[in-house]
Amino acid sequence: MTIVKMTNLTKKFGKFTALNYVNLDVNEGEVYGFIGPNGAGKSTTIRLLLGMIKATEGEAKIFGLDAWSDAVDIHKRIAYVPGDVNLWPNLTGGEVIDLFMKLRGTGNKSRREEMIEKFKLDPSKKCRTYSKGNRQKVALVAAFASDADLFILDEPTSGLDPLMERVFQECVMDAKDDGKSILLSSHILSEVEKLCDRVGIIREGKIIETGTLNNLRHLTRTNLLVETKIPIHGLSEFIGVYAMEEKNQSLSLQVDAEYLDSVIRHISQFGIVRLESAPPTLEELFMRHYEGAGGAL
Amino acid sequence: MSKKQFKHTWMLGRFQLRQARLRILIWIVALVLITCSTASAFSNLYKNLEERQAIAQTMLNPAMTAMVGPSNGLDNYTNGAMMAHQMLLFTAITVAIMSVLFVAKHTRTEEEDGQIEMVRSLPVGRLSNLSATVLVVIGTNMLLSILIGFGLYILGIESMDLEGSLLYGAALGVTGIFFAAATAVFAQLSENSRGTIGLGFGVLVLSYLIRAIGDVGNETFSWFSPLGIVVKTEAYVHNYWSPIFLLVGLALLLIILAFYLNSIRDLNSGFLPSKPGRIHASPFLQSPIGLALRIQRTGIIAWGIGIFILGASYGSVLGDLESFYKDIEIMDALIKPVEGFSLIEQFIPVLMMVMAMFCTIPSLMAIFKLKGEEKKNHTEHLLSRAVSRTKVIGSYFVISMVISLGMLLLAVIGLWSASTRVMDNAIPISTILETAFVYLPAMWTMIGLAVLLVGLFPQFTGFTWVFFVYSFVVVYLGGLLQLPDWMSKLTPFGYIPRIPVEEMNVMTVSMLIIVAVALMIVGFVFYNRRDIIG
Repeated sequence: MTIVKMTNLTKKFGKFTALNYVNLDVNEGEVYGFIGPNGAGKSTTIRLLLGMIKATEGEAKIFGLDAWSDAVDIHKRIAYVPGDVNLWPNLTGGEVIDLFMKLRGTGNKSRREEMIEKFKLDPSKKCRTYSKGNRQKVALVAAFASDADLFILDEPTSGLDPLMERVFQECVMDAKDDGKSILLSSHILSEVEKLCDRVGIIREGKIIETGTLNNLRHLTRTNLLVETKIPIHGLSEFIGVYAMEEKNQSLSLQVDAEYLDSVIRHISQFGIVRLESAPPTLEELFMRHYEGAGGAL
Repeated sequence: MSKKQFKHTWMLGRFQLRQARLRILIWIVALVLITCSTASAFSNLYKNLEERQAIAQTMLNPAMTAMVGPSNGLDNYTNGAMMAHQMLLFTAITVAIMSVLFVAKHTRTEEEDGQIEMVRSLPVGRLSNLSATVLVVIGTNMLLSILIGFGLYILGIESMDLEGSLLYGAALGVTGIFFAAATAVFAQLSENSRGTIGLGFGVLVLSYLIRAIGDVGNETFSWFSPLGIVVKTEAYVHNYWSPIFLLVGLALLLIILAFYLNSIRDLNSGFLPSKPGRIHASPFLQSPIGLALRIQRTGIIAWGIGIFILGASYGSVLGDLESFYKDIEIMDALIKPVEGFSLIEQFIPVLMMVMAMFCTIPSLMAIFKLKGEEKKNHTEHLLSRAVSRTKVIGSYFVISMVISLGMLLLAVIGLWSASTRVMDNAIPISTILETAFVYLPAMWTMIGLAVLLVGLFPQFTGFTWVFFVYSFVVVYLGGLLQLPDWMSKLTPFGYIPRIPVEEMNVMTVSMLIIVAVALMIVGFVFYNRRDIIG
């Protein structure tokens, strides 16, 4: 069953086109990763889904209801965490959590305490004294203490430390196990890889890549830097090897994940002195996409 | 305390001056200009002793004493005595506010924001920042004293001699220094800048109240209030300098205390325990309207008190109105005499119009708070949950309407309760209520305009204030400035009948209400249709 369905969703601000015929579906019980650089249109898409702004063209449906005209009914069943959580400076975190839970209408008192404990939040402090990460925790506690059916999370971990990031990931997995659907916008690829079943990549208002993680895997290339006792030869005949470059004694190259094994086997014959590997950055993914499409940035 | 503790004080002082030079300049220029122009306005307005004595008569009541201070020079109410009596206290309060804000900003606020941490990591003494702030604020207040002192003297107004003028200036300066010193202590006690400013203003308000009680009743009380001590200088009347020295001495003690407390505490800590806040929201807070009310609470209460005091202060002069205003030409232009009505009956609608306009300000602010919330990305928290847009704007709208009614009521109660104390034939409260409440449709039209703009053109809400100032100038000063009649017909306030002098005009007033409702409906409809930015 499709929980979120966007059809030709377009949003123009004056002459600027923020979203350009976006089609995107989130199915029931899945975690959908929505990735893209800042300013690509992630937040605009989410604002449209929340009925905060009105689409210029196309439509967005959640639970089969219209995101704009049925906003209030939809919102009874969703939980939203913005990327930049701005709270009222003179209210405490605890007060804000209660307010948020009450405004949605549903929520669980004991889950509230459990989440506060889990995220190690001090709810007695005024929001003015909270750091960015703590303000995000307030929004996360309010979201995960609810029994929403759809979670819309807009870069929710940008201020969290690694420990809290893990707690967050646990919460997402728990929600998924309960059959909830999650739309997770992020530009941290590792997080998306860990959590998401399907991924959509947005750039300059257009969805440029979408599919399951396996599908996406062809996009991930590992960067390798090797130094060997004797110079390597024969690598250029391998498939899945790109951007090979010799630097002094060492060789740098990019390898598609599925060919990593055969490439490493080959290299090891030449006596490895040093081997460094780095995951591809989102930026490299975009570069790759555009190279593949034959266009330049 | 060794000398090392103060290393680079001068450099930090220069740095603070560099940061605050524009602010300091604006405060000083504004205070000097207002003081000197009031002094010359007094001397132009009241040309002879009789006129001044007529004013003095209106000042001879407890309400006035409570408000502006003891009435020392009333037997011989020279221009100087008038200045010291009517202006010194309020100017001193303004100087105190300036000093509290300055010290809080450069001590606790900078500490809270982490700037002091960076400065302290450099080879700078532990007390250097505080000493720099103290030096700058003392310097600012001394400069202010000298400029006001000589400024008043240079005006060459009879009875405003050099000594009196210098004392007047010094009285303002020491008030500033005293409250600066107190704030320096509070900055050590409280952990955050809000608390520091709160304590500073709290002591200021308390000083004002203790002085009011002392001046009206038991005079010993006044000596426990710095503001009470300041008015004991009796500048231009007796010229007592001892209160100045007393306040300087007290300020010095406070500064030493502040240095001591600063030297023994950790960075970012305070001596007052910061009490943990509520971990649960009260049932009251858990609704859009409860939230809207909570975030505006302090402001609304402050406005309520202000409006009530304004009403009471107008009420307290009503008793001597007849004798007071009949010789003053300027009042003829403001209030055109109408046969068959007493001066007071003609005066009240003018007062009420001014107060209705003042009451409009917090009503409009309540609507514009919604726009501010949107700018701060706060409305998304409501709209992303099961709260409709109508409910969000409706909450602010209801609060605004209640404010319009409540503030007007406070003004009426203030005016009425003060006037009954000073008048032989008290005005019935029903008359005042009628005069006041007939302004509600005009206020609602202004609220309607605000709702319309928030719903339709949120970027142009500032237009409301321009229109508001236009309304005030045209309706209040229209007669004085001899503006054409049609200009007052461009503002809702120009349509309100001045009861009891004029007849109630049901037709016009109902039209205004219809316009107001129409504006509100359009505003609501469009708020439901437009993009919300945050």
